[in-house]
Amino acid sequence: MALSRTTLILATAALAIAGCAKKRPEVLPPAPVDNTGDAGTGTGPVTGAGEGAITPGSNADFQRSVTSNTVLFGLDQYDIDPAARAILDNQAQWLARYPNVRITIEGHCDERGTREYNLALGDRRANAAKNYLAARGVAASRITTISYGSERPAATGSDDAAWAQNRRAVTVVLN
Amino acid sequence: MIDRFIRRLPVTLALLLGTSAVAQAPVAAPPAQTAPPAAVPADQGDGGLVVDVEGGISAPTPIAIPVMPTAAVVQTPAGATDALGRQLSDIIATDLRNSGLFTPLSPGQLRPVTFPEVQAPAYDHWRSTQAQALVQGYIRANGDGTLTVGCYLFDVSAQRELARQGFVVPPADWRRAAHKCADTVYARLTGEGPYFDSRVVYVAETGPKANRIKRLAIMDQDGANHRFLTNGQSIVLTPRFAPNQQSIVYMSYVGRIPSIYVYDIGSGKQRLVVQNAATTFAPRFSPDGRFILFSMATGGNTDLYRVSAQGGTPQRLTTSPGIDTGGSYSPDGSRIVFESDRSGGQQIYVMNADGSNQHRISFGGGRYATPVWSPRGDLIAFTKLAGSFRIGTMSPSGGAERLLTDDWSDEGPSWSPNGRAITFYRSGRGSSGKATLWMVDLTGVNERRIPTPLDGSDPAWGPLRP
Repeated sequence: MALSRTTLILATAALAIAGCAKKRPEVLPPAPVDNTGDAGTGTGPVTGAGEGAITPGSNADFQRSVTSNTVLFGLDQYDIDPAARAILDNQAQWLARYPNVRITIEGHCDERGTREYNLALGDRRANAAKNYLAARGVAASRITTISYGSERPAATGSDDAAWAQNRRAVTVVLN
Repeated sequence: MIDRFIRRLPVTLALLLGTSAVAQAPVAAPPAQTAPPAAVPADQGDGGLVVDVEGGISAPTPIAIPVMPTAAVVQTPAGATDALGRQLSDIIATDLRNSGLFTPLSPGQLRPVTFPEVQAPAYDHWRSTQAQALVQGYIRANGDGTLTVGCYLFDVSAQRELARQGFVVPPADWRRAAHKCADTVYARLTGEGPYFDSRVVYVAETGPKANRIKRLAIMDQDGANHRFLTNGQSIVLTPRFAPNQQSIVYMSYVGRIPSIYVYDIGSGKQRLVVQNAATTFAPRFSPDGRFILFSMATGGNTDLYRVSAQGGTPQRLTTSPGIDTGGSYSPDGSRIVFESDRSGGQQIYVMNADGSNQHRISFGGGRYATPVWSPRGDLIAFTKLAGSFRIGTMSPSGGAERLLTDDWSDEGPSWSPNGRAITFYRSGRGSSGKATLWMVDLTGVNERRIPTPLDGSDPAWGPLRP
């Protein structure tokens, strides 16, 4: 008796999870009440996903294909380190396959900087990533940049681990 | 002192000019026909009551502010005049208490003041309360729909009148009469400029930390008359008043190009200042309102520029390869204080308004950011980054550094109109990331939270209202 009840509970839980998984793309916020474009935070909506087909050359395709859409930076730094290089090299390869695709690079900062300085530092980071991609053969005319300063953190904690995730540049394909 | 103060007040508020008008109090005669009474000279250096604003350690001055009587209870759009009389004295008491320099007597220590008694205080009674100063007044509904508020300040132990003012306001502005009265008392007793009749613009925040919704909001200095100016569709940051208070310059992400806009308070219309694809931010008006100082980021480099407040071609002021931002004019418009990381980390620099003679003034260890020049010209407020973020002040030459707050993350100072207090915002740790508005006086002793309906950041204190 006890056993069958457990089974039932498990089955219900599995159904619930399946239901969540299926609905997930709809539940995700469409860049909330904000129309300022937060797609690149890494958790944003994946356009066209969940309906099956992913359009080649789309942002969904990009996110599925590349190692990562995000490169990280050190505290108050904007240099492209070896780990970031590998990620951007990989992005550049994908972008070479779709020469008509345009991208924007979002620069972000952690909360341990003042607001206006962070806007400038986010611009530095976005441009550092842009310049690296351009040096790897992606035409600069295909790349725009935008700085979000510390307005759109990827991790919301106030600790070193969260801050490390927030010092980032995120590549977003413009569909 | 009284005369000087009266002269400073323009006619927008339809002031009954000082002494003669208020002397008329109980009688509703046209003020202009009244002969000025023999005013008591209100000199400061007579050994009379003077409140020390520098020390900050001495006990606040006890002050009595009884309910303001009305000769006839009249219903007005702002409420009945007897109820308004109670609220007026409450607002005055709150203003003075919040300055940190006064302790208003509790309501239980106050006695009712009759209308004829307004100009002839019961000194014997007030001496027994230990109050050193006494503020009495009255409210009257006028035939033309306006309200008159009389405001008298007395020295209790010397048994003499120190100041008197009369204010005629439309009912919608009734709170301003109380702030003007509190300003009269504060200015007369401290020798400092007034600041209670002023407003604050700030960014109201809601929503999760990773996706905050930010709206421009405006309110009186005490939190009253709060209203939202933008709807939260786009991130907005760093609003600052124009000197004439008719518009606000701020930064918005509307259209996904972070840019500087001017919001017209009267019409609610917004216009882009610099037609440019580059990111423009950190705007501030020049003291004469003719220019907007701002930062522009191009290709990873940020410099200071200025542009006509009407728009046009920006003029570049700095050319360093580092981040130059956070510019603020000296009150005479001749110099600019800003922050730059050209030496490695953020430090404070001063230059002439045309960009010449750039020199560093902060050398105290740690990083320094968000400098703002005091409206009095004597100090620069900043955020110091050394582990925590703290608000401090230094002289324009970089000396006399003082830290006024001590919390985890205090940022973004903005001066009160008289340069005696600073508003800033405080961010909480962790995933809530709650931001709140605060003010602190120059001693650092009187620190208090400014109540807001939602979370708040980026406060900017406006000038004294005309």
